[in-house]
Amino acid sequence: MVNYIWAAMAVIGIIYAMFNGTMEEVNEALFESADDAVMLSIGLISVLVFWLGLMKVAEEAGLLTMLAKLFKPLVTRLFPDIPKDHPAMGYILSNFTANLFGLGNAATPMGIKAMEQMKQLSKTDEASRSMITFLAINTSSLTLIPATVIAIRMKYDSVAPTEIVGTTIIATLISSAAAIIIDRLFYYRRVRKQKR
Amino acid sequence: MSFISTISSWMIPLIILIVLISASWKKLPSYELFVEGGKEGIQMAFSLLPFLLGMMVSIAILRGSGALDAFISLLSPLLQTFGVPPDIVPLSIIRPISGTAALGMTTELISTHGPDSFIGRLASTMQGSTDTTLYIITVYFGAVGIRRMGDALKVGLLADLIGIIASIVIVTIVFAR
Repeated sequence: MVNYIWAAMAVIGIIYAMFNGTMEEVNEALFESADDAVMLSIGLISVLVFWLGLMKVAEEAGLLTMLAKLFKPLVTRLFPDIPKDHPAMGYILSNFTANLFGLGNAATPMGIKAMEQMKQLSKTDEASRSMITFLAINTSSLTLIPATVIAIRMKYDSVAPTEIVGTTIIATLISSAAAIIIDRLFYYRRVRKQKR
Repeated sequence: MSFISTISSWMIPLIILIVLISASWKKLPSYELFVEGGKEGIQMAFSLLPFLLGMMVSIAILRGSGALDAFISLLSPLLQTFGVPPDIVPLSIIRPISGTAALGMTTELISTHGPDSFIGRLASTMQGSTDTTLYIITVYFGAVGIRRMGDALKVGLLADLIGIIASIVIVTIVFAR
């Protein structure tokens, strides 16, 4: 599916440019964005090295298993495929915690580690059930403090920069709950298809 | 506000403190472990590069050609009948596709309409309550080499849709025009 979406975006853009005389802009956007992607990846090095280094220490110190034990009842229900006390649980929880506190740059490395662990469990190059659940929750965003948005509101002299925290949390709760429910529905549909 | 910004600035140093104290308590070689774990990060950043570049170039072509804007103006009347304010339509479409573009749009909406306007509050809520689905899926699946993604994209985009609808409903209720 991603292959089609990826190709379709570029193909539609180029064909549209043919008829609207925006080829010049397409060329510009093409190389500018390629540049941006390289800068972004290189910018990620600092964050990835720092957090993966620190998480390695945390893992050896047993902090991740501790975190996993603390939230066991909740997460085992969300990820029934993952054995209890498996390191994947610890990484999933660290990713959720980082997201909750708005530490976006810490969330990505921990999320990738969680995916690695889940891949070791499933041993295929196909997305496993727990991976899809994990990504569904991540894409719906888990935010307690939308720090970036608050900063922008402050910059434009808002009377109450933080007044949107409440609405954001409620909207996030609804979209995360929706993600979990939709994920379950799709899972049951897959199971039914397999039985046939 | 000062309370929230205090929490935000204390968070990371506190995590470092807890990790390092518990590692020292257990007499672990913390520095060596840090370096060992960190090495993975370099490899990871480079393996992500082609995934990010491919996706970002494709999105840039769509945006640069003007096709995305045309698509948005085509969709606007339809979304307006569902009560989506016209100014917010582009943001709701861009949000799952491109994080930087969405942040740019939110900033622009806040600066033109004012942070305390209905549009400003709605843009703020929407920006904070959903994430860039396409980026997350590209990065997470790309990093570990998952080729068949199953229902992940469908689930993510549907959840985004519900998040956007929820934002509009909640902001309307809480900050009634």
